[in-house]
Amino acid sequence: MLSTESDLLREAEAWARAGRGVALATVVETWGSAPRPVGSHLVIDGEGRFLGSVSGGCVEGDVLTEAQDVIADGRPRMMEFGVADETAWRAGLSCGGRIRVYLEKVA
Amino acid sequence: MDLALLSELNRERAARRAAVVVTDLATGAARLVRAEAAEADPLAPDVLEALRTGRSGLVADGTVFLTVQVPPVRLVAIGAVHISQALAPLARGLDLDVTVVDPRTAFASPERFPDVPVLAEWPDEALPKLGGLDRYTAVACLTHDPKIDDPALAAALRAECFYVGALGSRRTHAKRVERLTVAGFGPDEIARIRAPIGLDIGAISPAEIAIAVLAEIVSALRQDRRRAG
Repeated sequence: MLSTESDLLREAEAWARAGRGVALATVVETWGSAPRPVGSHLVIDGEGRFLGSVSGGCVEGDVLTEAQDVIADGRPRMMEFGVADETAWRAGLSCGGRIRVYLEKVA
Repeated sequence: MDLALLSELNRERAARRAAVVVTDLATGAARLVRAEAAEADPLAPDVLEALRTGRSGLVADGTVFLTVQVPPVRLVAIGAVHISQALAPLARGLDLDVTVVDPRTAFASPERFPDVPVLAEWPDEALPKLGGLDRYTAVACLTHDPKIDDPALAAALRAECFYVGALGSRRTHAKRVERLTVAGFGPDEIARIRAPIGLDIGAISPAEIAIAVLAEIVSALRQDRRRAG
């Protein structure tokens, strides 16, 4: 079963060694009620396949999209997500929490 | 993260050694700090604290992130008994690295434990083969037999295992306390043994007792988090 953060890192290494573009997303800060604790990882490859989670599924879509840019240009990014804005289409956390996610390339 | 650094981190994990990755969030630059080198690190107080709690987090005014990796949590079940048969697959589902130890070969057979390694040896022989016990190991003594349980209990207390549980009634435990006292253990050490084993959920069947034991292990593992929460 792939549920511990360390198992995800082992998988990230295997993907990178297999020549796949790989990005690693890490929850670095949370406020209020956040679905996943600090240190949680999401591992993404160049084709959008992913393992793990940084939220309850609320913001993963945005992280996956941004990950493709990170894999392409190699520059790390910080992403922040807050409460879902009903008038916007962008991702948000329905639980009312806020999280910051650090996204970096594994290379 | 540099692939070489990630490999190093994964190697440390496989060897059951704690390590911290220190990442400068502005530049993405990262370094690996092993537990034995933590004292000498420029961020020593933060790194040492992170290793102690096992928790990742921001430090240095939010400019640096520490990714803490502590060894995978292990469960050593002493006694290849009916409860252990229920315990093993449930523990695997929790991502615990499970080993069953019992010198009685009739009990410790692979047929009875298809999911996990079984060592048909006395604890004093089996535990060193597992690389010894450590703070990231839970030990559950389930044989009811002092000849088998006691040496494992003693080893678990000496290694400061985060969870030490022993099956048996209060009366059985009182006798156990006497034996451990004679063996030189102090009241504080002996008090670390959870007995009767498992959270009090009124468990009766082996599977229910297994759930009670695992719930108690999770509660011991997450105690720091609960206090901080």
